[in-house]
Amino acid sequence: MPIRFDHKPGLVIYLTAGDPSLQATRAIALEAIDAGADVIELGVPFSDPLADGPVIQRASERALERGTRLRDVIALAAEIRAARPAAGLVLFTYLNPILRYGLSRFADDAAAAGADGVLVTDMIVEEAGEYLAQMERTGLSPIFLAAPTSPDERLQAIATHSKGFVYAISRTGITGKQQSMTGDAATLVDRIRRWTTLPVAVGFGISNADHVAQVAEFADAAVVGSAIVELIERSTPETAPGAVARFIKGLRLPQAALTR
Amino acid sequence: MASVIHPAAPTESQPGRFGIYGGRYVPETLVAALVELEHEYEAAKADPAFQAELAGLLKDYAGRPTPLYHAKRLTHELGGAKIYLKREDLLHTGAHKINNALGQGLLARRMGKQRIIAETGAGQHGVATATVCALLGLECVIYMGQVDMERQELNVLRMRLLGAEVRGVQSGSKTLKDAISEAMRDWVTNVRTTHYLLGSALGAHPYPTMVRDFHRVISREMREQILEKEGRLPTAVIACVGGGSNAIGAFYEFIPDREVRLIGVEAGGRGAALGEHAARFSGGVPGVLQGTYSYVLQDENGQIAPTHSVSAGLDYASIGPEHAALHDSGRAEYVSQDDTATLDAVVKLARLEGILPALESAHAVAECIRIAPSMSEHDILVVNLSGRGDKDMGILARELKIQGA
Repeated sequence: MPIRFDHKPGLVIYLTAGDPSLQATRAIALEAIDAGADVIELGVPFSDPLADGPVIQRASERALERGTRLRDVIALAAEIRAARPAAGLVLFTYLNPILRYGLSRFADDAAAAGADGVLVTDMIVEEAGEYLAQMERTGLSPIFLAAPTSPDERLQAIATHSKGFVYAISRTGITGKQQSMTGDAATLVDRIRRWTTLPVAVGFGISNADHVAQVAEFADAAVVGSAIVELIERSTPETAPGAVARFIKGLRLPQAALTR
Repeated sequence: MASVIHPAAPTESQPGRFGIYGGRYVPETLVAALVELEHEYEAAKADPAFQAELAGLLKDYAGRPTPLYHAKRLTHELGGAKIYLKREDLLHTGAHKINNALGQGLLARRMGKQRIIAETGAGQHGVATATVCALLGLECVIYMGQVDMERQELNVLRMRLLGAEVRGVQSGSKTLKDAISEAMRDWVTNVRTTHYLLGSALGAHPYPTMVRDFHRVISREMREQILEKEGRLPTAVIACVGGGSNAIGAFYEFIPDREVRLIGVEAGGRGAALGEHAARFSGGVPGVLQGTYSYVLQDENGQIAPTHSVSAGLDYASIGPEHAALHDSGRAEYVSQDDTATLDAVVKLARLEGILPALESAHAVAECIRIAPSMSEHDILVVNLSGRGDKDMGILARELKIQGA
């Protein structure tokens, strides 16, 4: 299924699968979709998440303590797909769990589960020969990250080999909140658009309606991760789905409504 | 429109690959910095002025060449092969780590990067980096796992005295692996102003190649010295392997000499179960950790396994990718020695030769002690004594029940 951003601005919501439990992640994901998330990124917890800040590190630790495995996350994806046929669904992971699972088997199982795409944090285009072949074979969209530090020839390669959307990193750094958007993000999105007509989603540090409104001025979608994961951390498994739904609805409220 | 960057399969030969191992598996934000480093390193390597400055510092500041010492009493005691020790422990700051720290420090200055970050396990690389930053007037931040800060406190104090900021890492197993992750998080955030002075032959390309090149001097000297003293090459070269920087430095110039056995010694820790050791070649499978494809100790779900060694410097779940290739090709052999044999080796070398080896290096000594007696007196063993053991006095006093004041 093609990834579409039907809402303006589009919203990609990241969840660490298995935090606080797989069942809770399922409930949260469904509420998030119903509240207007265009794409759910299901994060596969990893023991050494070197691109992530403290919030997602803690969530990963909690998910791993509960024994969450890649196969469980794929099964969760299948459940979400069955319940919400039209939503975008992306598996977001570090490379090593996939290698251990088997790249080809992973691609088969992720596609069978109904995932639309895959984003591997530590996979760059130059190393992606076999990975791209497996994505192509199974009809999954490989989504690559583009960074403010990526020179034009890299952005061209990233744009050429991405499908679904291109994920633009808003700033140098790890995942986590920030006060305001820097000029890096808008410049990067402009540079990416020179090479592709794919939608561009901006992520890292987007945590409120103000940020989403800023991103909407130059990109197709905003990715919200740590802010949601932190909200889940502060909630109980019972209250988390509702809290996440309210938060997502609030992300698209105009600025005036927030200050009133 | 054709792209100039092409995806490659890991089986294709390309820069930064050692057989199928190595490569560059990092967040996109770091790639430009790695490419810049690769190009700057290639330029520096070909620049006589850079090479002359590095050679001058290695000689007059660090104390190269290091001696190749015939350990007569150890040889006699073991009653087999003739044993030589390559005395990297005599270098300034107490270990081979200064070779690479000087090289990368000069490179950082050349790239105009004023801020240096590094990880450290045993603290030897942290001390070497702090030293070079003091020498070159660079800002220095060292990441060190909380467990390692406690067991290698002396080196924490040395780094702080040298003007470095030491940041304790509380995540994961609070050891070397977690210090590397935290250094990478800093680098990804401050990549425009900061050089990551990685301390082992690990990580994404060009680090494994560059760090090896800065340590090649060890085997270059070894080879000349043994030919001068013995008129022939050694039977075997033995070195401990954590990430593998001292070992690759000690092996490299001997790789074409097929008759010389190359023996890497991993940390056997306190048992064979996953989590009890850091012997990547007995229990690890190929995977990606912290930028490179190599053998990794991990569970069946691809989560990185905890490790244990009495030596903080060998306590790591992966191994340099060039060692993985040397292992698979059979050119080098990899064995392990456990905590107990290592502590025995420390005592033996101290009492017989008056040399106190670092716990890391003592793993190599332990393997020498194991194999020398069954060899002939015509055999020659060269042990790379990569560091000195002063830093380990706290652990040694506790483990060996040595009484203090």
